[in-house]
Amino acid sequence: MTAVRVMGAETEYGIHAPGAPGSNATWLSSQVVHAYALLTGERAAGGSEARWDYTDEDPLADARGWSVPRQQAHPSQLTDQPEELTAAQIALENGEPDPDQDGAGNTGPLMMNMVLGNGARLYVDHAHPEYSSPEVTNPRDAVVWDAAGDLVALAAVRQIAGTPGLPAVNLYKNNTDNKSVSYGSHENYLMPRAVPFGHIVSGLTPFFVTRALICGAGRVGLGQDGTGKGFQLSQRADFFEAEVGLETTIRRPIINTRDEPHATAEKYRRLHVIIGDANLSQISNFLKFGTTALVLDMIEHGTAPDLKVQRPVESLRQVSHDTGMSALIGLSEGRRVTALDIQWMYLEAAQRHTAQTGAAGPCGDGHTDQVLQRWESVLTQLGAGPSAASRSVEWAAKLSLLQQYRDRDSLEWDDPRLGLIDLQWSDVRPEKGLYYRLLSRGRLDRLVPEADITRAVAQPPEDTRAYFRGQCIQRYGANIIGASWDSVIFELPGQRRLQRVPTREPLRGTRALTSGLFDRHRDAADFLAELLDLPR
Amino acid sequence: MAGQEQKNTTGRTEEDEAPEAPAPPAGAQTSAATEGLDDLLDEIDGVLESNAEEFVRGFVQKGGQ
Repeated sequence: MTAVRVMGAETEYGIHAPGAPGSNATWLSSQVVHAYALLTGERAAGGSEARWDYTDEDPLADARGWSVPRQQAHPSQLTDQPEELTAAQIALENGEPDPDQDGAGNTGPLMMNMVLGNGARLYVDHAHPEYSSPEVTNPRDAVVWDAAGDLVALAAVRQIAGTPGLPAVNLYKNNTDNKSVSYGSHENYLMPRAVPFGHIVSGLTPFFVTRALICGAGRVGLGQDGTGKGFQLSQRADFFEAEVGLETTIRRPIINTRDEPHATAEKYRRLHVIIGDANLSQISNFLKFGTTALVLDMIEHGTAPDLKVQRPVESLRQVSHDTGMSALIGLSEGRRVTALDIQWMYLEAAQRHTAQTGAAGPCGDGHTDQVLQRWESVLTQLGAGPSAASRSVEWAAKLSLLQQYRDRDSLEWDDPRLGLIDLQWSDVRPEKGLYYRLLSRGRLDRLVPEADITRAVAQPPEDTRAYFRGQCIQRYGANIIGASWDSVIFELPGQRRLQRVPTREPLRGTRALTSGLFDRHRDAADFLAELLDLPR
Repeated sequence: MAGQEQKNTTGRTEEDEAPEAPAPPAGAQTSAATEGLDDLLDEIDGVLESNAEEFVRGFVQKGGQ
């Protein structure tokens, strides 16, 4: 039993230009990527960015063993082709950019995709800028490199604010506009392919139905359009309509079956989790990744609690709407339990098995123990009511602030000021973002020092292939024309053939395995020659 | 509750009320804890976008994953 495994986070940011209403969202999002590229200089010498290598993308492969025909797929499912921003699209929107003022006199096409020196990907996904963290091996690092993405977003916002001719752009780490639209923050977990997918579905569903208790980000408004009066635990719950499925933008399922391993497909699957909220609270984010990793480990070892929720989609919503945490969930054998009861069952199962394997003990991995302790303390806090968890759990922290406003100003739940507090909670600017205001006042607990997050903006994790990718971008960026999770593509001067270096094993390409190689070669050609054993 | 508060203060003279301006919210206590709370809410009042209704209405997103 362990919370250690390869994992990563994807965050789509809400994007808003209050001074330029009606701006094309894709154009605005490309400005974010472009701004960050200008700031870091992480682009190839030829004037274009390191392109995404789509060769191994397969968004229509279903983990249940089939593939959706392309012509039957919703256009938004075709994520294996680059996003294109046509002149017509730009002309259609009001805030048409002045070509002479684009990006501080910079010429050249707008950037839609970047691979960063920390191993992450920053790109335009549909109508949002998205930061996909580099692969990490534990929940603490997941928090660090996800939070680094918030600093990347902040840097882009600042860069745009200082660029004449561009409208100021705000980015929000949330998941809905409260007008029927949701955008995701996804988690990815590497799993052995040998685990039957049915076991994943049965083991995870009761856990996901109740997981918002510990890592919901909180939301003002009920229903997809948010017009119902009230507060709920989760940003995303009201947008889920199915138990299992391939889609991520329509008929969203609790368990997503996208089967794109981005690794050796015979050995691994990448479990793509789409049900989570984007988290700013470090404790909630840590628990989101840590507890899920533990549950997956139990599923792999056949020790997950034997539970079946009767109506998962309805129960998911009920849990999210129940700030009193007292509503009962029907289990298939007829028992009725609370969401907290279900979380305790999963925690206790995890405690039993870590006690057997020693992962949590003094000789353990150091992460499993922390996850179990935090999980237990947060469930204990929640048992005493939301306010007892307001230093750790994001929805409880947000609710506490909203409640203080309601008490002071006698506000109803549909008061626009409460809606604004909900939105501005997630503004990435520390002077405007209410999460950051509370954090700086010491009202929320921290898990990792700020210095670790700042460092992660520029440096990759050292114990996955992200180290190789990030170092390649940092050292040989001018010679890299493309990259993806499982490849880096070099173009060397004077050579017509491109060199594609596959990185299909997530736990290779680590610092331990490659730092000597990097240190020996300042030149990309020499580096590749030794790496690929080419004649020089 | 707000009505009760008003009833209690109707007997006061204007001079009595002046030093308290801005008027304390209904039901506010003057313990150290709530002073800290008031500080926090004052700070947040200062950073909230102006015209909440318009700002919230203007935040319209296109679909995502």
